[in-house]
Amino acid sequence: MKYVGKRFLQLIPVLLGITFLSFAMMRIAGSDAITEMYADKGAVAQEIIDAKRAELGLDRPFMEQYVRWLGGLLTGDMGVSYVSGRNVFDTFVSKLPATLLLTLLSVIATILISIPLGVVAAVHHDRVVDYIIRFFSFIGNSLPNFFVGLLLMQLLAIKLGLLPVISSGTGLESAIMPTLTLAIAMSSKYMRQVRATVLEELNKEYVIGAKARGIRNHILLWKSVMKASMLTIITLLALSIGSLLGGTAIIESIFMWDGVGKLAVDAITMRDYPMIQAYVVWMAMIYVLVNLVTDLLYHLLDPRIRLGVNENA
Amino acid sequence: MRNPFTVKRRLIIFGTLALILIVCSIFSSYLTPCDPYLQDLSNAKAMPSWAHPFGTDRYGRDMLSRVIIGSRTSIFSTLFLVSIITMIGSILGIIAGWCSGWIDTVLMRISDMFLAFPGLVFALAIAGVLGGGLHNAIFALAAISWPKYARIARSQTLAQKEMLYLRAARLSGSSTAKIIGKHIVPNIMGPILVTSMLDIGTMMMELAGLSFLGLGAKPPMAEWGSMMSDTRSLLTIVPWVTLAPGFAIFVSVMIFNLLGDTIRDYADPKNRRGGV
Repeated sequence: MKYVGKRFLQLIPVLLGITFLSFAMMRIAGSDAITEMYADKGAVAQEIIDAKRAELGLDRPFMEQYVRWLGGLLTGDMGVSYVSGRNVFDTFVSKLPATLLLTLLSVIATILISIPLGVVAAVHHDRVVDYIIRFFSFIGNSLPNFFVGLLLMQLLAIKLGLLPVISSGTGLESAIMPTLTLAIAMSSKYMRQVRATVLEELNKEYVIGAKARGIRNHILLWKSVMKASMLTIITLLALSIGSLLGGTAIIESIFMWDGVGKLAVDAITMRDYPMIQAYVVWMAMIYVLVNLVTDLLYHLLDPRIRLGVNENA
Repeated sequence: MRNPFTVKRRLIIFGTLALILIVCSIFSSYLTPCDPYLQDLSNAKAMPSWAHPFGTDRYGRDMLSRVIIGSRTSIFSTLFLVSIITMIGSILGIIAGWCSGWIDTVLMRISDMFLAFPGLVFALAIAGVLGGGLHNAIFALAAISWPKYARIARSQTLAQKEMLYLRAARLSGSSTAKIIGKHIVPNIMGPILVTSMLDIGTMMMELAGLSFLGLGAKPPMAEWGSMMSDTRSLLTIVPWVTLAPGFAIFVSVMIFNLLGDTIRDYADPKNRRGGV
C-alpha cells in the first residue's frame, strides 16, 4: 500500500502542471476575450471594458488569478460560458456521460475485435491468416478516423439505409457508427500490439518446455501465455485511451453526438475560452486517472510486484 | 523469410513511391487539368465524368485539380512539421542527456507534463485558442509531439556518453561542440530518424483532422482535410466529391507508413543499441 501512496503523491506535480498549462494558455488568449465579447457591439467605452476586466478578475496579477482559478476548479466553479452565459462546469458535466458511454463502447468493441484477432495472428504467425489480419490492421492504420466515419455514413446510412445518418440523442442505435469508427482506428493499432506481445511470450523458453512435456496447445495458450501477456495488453489498452479521448472530438462532431467533444469543438469555433479550458483540464484529469488505475491494476495483477510490496510493508 | 519482398527491395519500391508523391506535390500546379480555384456554378455538384473525373464541388471547382493541388499543402506541411519536431526534440534531448543535473530534470519534467496530456485534446485546445490556421495547427501539433523525440535523444545520448570512445575523445581534449557534433549526433540520429519516418503518416492524419475541424488550413486554400469538411454536406448527393480527398490522404499515409516500416526493418538488425 506504500506504493499506492507514492503513486498518489506523484500525481500532484502532474496535476499542477496540467492545470497551470491550461490556465496559462487560456489566459494568454483570454486577454482578447473581452475585446471579442464586445466585438459585435460597436464602439464600447474603455470604462466598460475595464469594469468587465475587473469583474472577471483579469486585472489581477497572473499567479493570483491562477490560484483563484484553481480554487474554483476544486469547488466545481469554472466560471460561465462567454456564449451561453451558463455555468461551464454544469454544462460540461451534463455532456460528459455521453462521451464516457461512447468511449466505453469503443473500448469494449476494440477489445472484442483486436484481442481475438491479435492472438490468432500471433499463433498462426507468418501464415495466410496472419498476413490477412496484418493487412487489415495496416489499412486501418492509414485511414484517418473522420474518413472512416464518412465512409461508414455513406455505406451504412446512405446506401444501405440501415442506420440514421445523424444521431438523434444518445441511444444505442445512434451509437453504432461513432463506436465503430473509433473502434476501427483503435483496433488496427492495438491488434498489432497484441500480436507482438503474444508472439514474444510464445517465443519464451517455458513455452517450448511446456510443449515438450506434452501440454496441449490451447491449454498452454490460455492458461499461461495469455495470463502472462495480459499485463502488457491492459497497459497498452489504457495508453491508447489518450488518442481515443482526442478522437471523440472529431467523431462526435461528424455524427452530432451530444458529448463533450462536440461541446469543445463548438466552443473552439465560438472562442468560448472558459468552456475550452474546462474541456482540456477535465480530459487531462480523466486521462491521468485512467493511467493511475492502470498502474494500480498492473501492480495488483503482477504477483512479483504485489508480493514485493507486501514484503516491504 | 519466405517473403519475396526483401527489405532492400521494399525500400526501393516504397522510397520511389514516396519520392513520386513528393515530386508530384512540388509540381502540382503544372499537373492540374483545370484551375483548382476556378468557380463554375453552372456545373456545380457534378458527378464524376470524363471532364471532371472526381466531380465538382458546390462552387463547380474541379475536384481532381483540387486534390492534386491540395497535396502540396498536406504533404509539405506534414514534412515541415515532422522535421521541426525531430529537430527541436533532438536538440532538447541532447542538451538534457549531455548536461544532466538540473537542466535534465527540468526538461524531462516539462516533457512528462506534455506526455501526461492526451495529445490531440491539447492540440485541439492550442489550435483553438490561437484561432486556427495552418501555421497554428502545425505549432499545436509540434507542441505536443516533441517530448517523444526528446526522450529518445536523451536516452541515446546517455548511452553514448558511457561509451569508451567518447571518454577517450573527452580525455584527449576534444571540445564539447566537436564531441556533440561529430560523435553524438551521427551516432544517435538513426533511431530518431526511424521514429520520425514512422510519424509522418500519423502527423499527416492529425493535421488533416485539425483541418477537418476547421482548425487547420482554411478555405479556399486546398487542403485534403478541410476539403472533406467543406464538401461534407454533399455526401448524400455526390459522395465521391467528399470521399476523394480522403482517399488521397489514405494513399499518401499508406505510402509513408510502408516506407517508415521498411526503414525500421532495414535499421533494426544492425542498430540494436537499445531503443527508448
